[in-house]
Amino acid sequence: MVEFYGKTVSNPLLLGTARYPSPAIMAEAVRASAAEIVTVSLRREAGGSSAGQKFWQLIRSLDVAVLPNTAGCHSAREAVTTAHMAREIFQTDWIKLEVIGHQDTLQPDVFGLVEAARILVEDGFRVFPYTTEDLVVAERLLHGGCEVLMPWGSPIGTGRGINNEYGLRSLRTHFDTVPIVVDAGIGLPSHAARAMEIGCDAVLLNTAVARAADPVAMAQAFCEAVAAGKKAWEAGPMEPSGFAHPSTTDAGRGQFV
Amino acid sequence: MRIIVNGEEKDVDGPGLGDVLRQCGYDNEHVATALNGEFVHRHLREDTRIRPGDRIEVVSPIAGG
Repeated sequence: MVEFYGKTVSNPLLLGTARYPSPAIMAEAVRASAAEIVTVSLRREAGGSSAGQKFWQLIRSLDVAVLPNTAGCHSAREAVTTAHMAREIFQTDWIKLEVIGHQDTLQPDVFGLVEAARILVEDGFRVFPYTTEDLVVAERLLHGGCEVLMPWGSPIGTGRGINNEYGLRSLRTHFDTVPIVVDAGIGLPSHAARAMEIGCDAVLLNTAVARAADPVAMAQAFCEAVAAGKKAWEAGPMEPSGFAHPSTTDAGRGQFV
Repeated sequence: MRIIVNGEEKDVDGPGLGDVLRQCGYDNEHVATALNGEFVHRHLREDTRIRPGDRIEVVSPIAGG
């Protein structure tokens, strides 16, 4: 179980809803993943179009909590305005706060992020900040009222897995009671399992499922991977050793020469 | 008057934001709005006057990661 702002979820897999071959496959993948939280977004709509409304109806039919994002925002001001629009449309005070700082890597602008988080917390939002693994930034975010941290694994959509395992372990150690969600860069179920094995509380991913040849099967694979990783963390992994140790005792070994 | 709606020039009568949305074919219930970069709450649209050159953003739900 992991708790986000008073809501307890049993599945540590959060799933994005973008880039699937079709809305029907997206819906089936969400069900197969057993995700209890999915991410959604906002974009300009043309007059007379009902595309947004149809998408929203489909999401509501899935009976999951929604976490709207501020994807594409490059300044605190843009992100704050987008968050307010998302709160009105999606009827939730949760916001996945993204303030993008670099066009090639989509790296978070952590300065704008901290600024926007502080404003949004004051405005009554419950902020899920998409950040780096930087400890000082994490401290500022928590000081500003965030109660969840969402460090990246690697740049959005790259599928490279966890670039800085030491950094994530360090976050886990320093903020041992704050829910940590690894967000972005997860490409394989083994990456997601790894995040859970090192003590992260949840994983948020999108492209790895949506762009798989069979998104529904991959969604299920991720569901199983995070469950295995979580169980492994709770079971207490062994410490790696620099020396070999025989698994089978030497005691009682027969002498044949 | 000429204003910008979602990046495109439009000729609208106004005078309120709610009027502009109807004139542009939007269903008020399923969109969120911003005027010159600031969020405008649904309940304030009718009372928000639009002026020439204003920039309006109208957004609705879409898939996201």
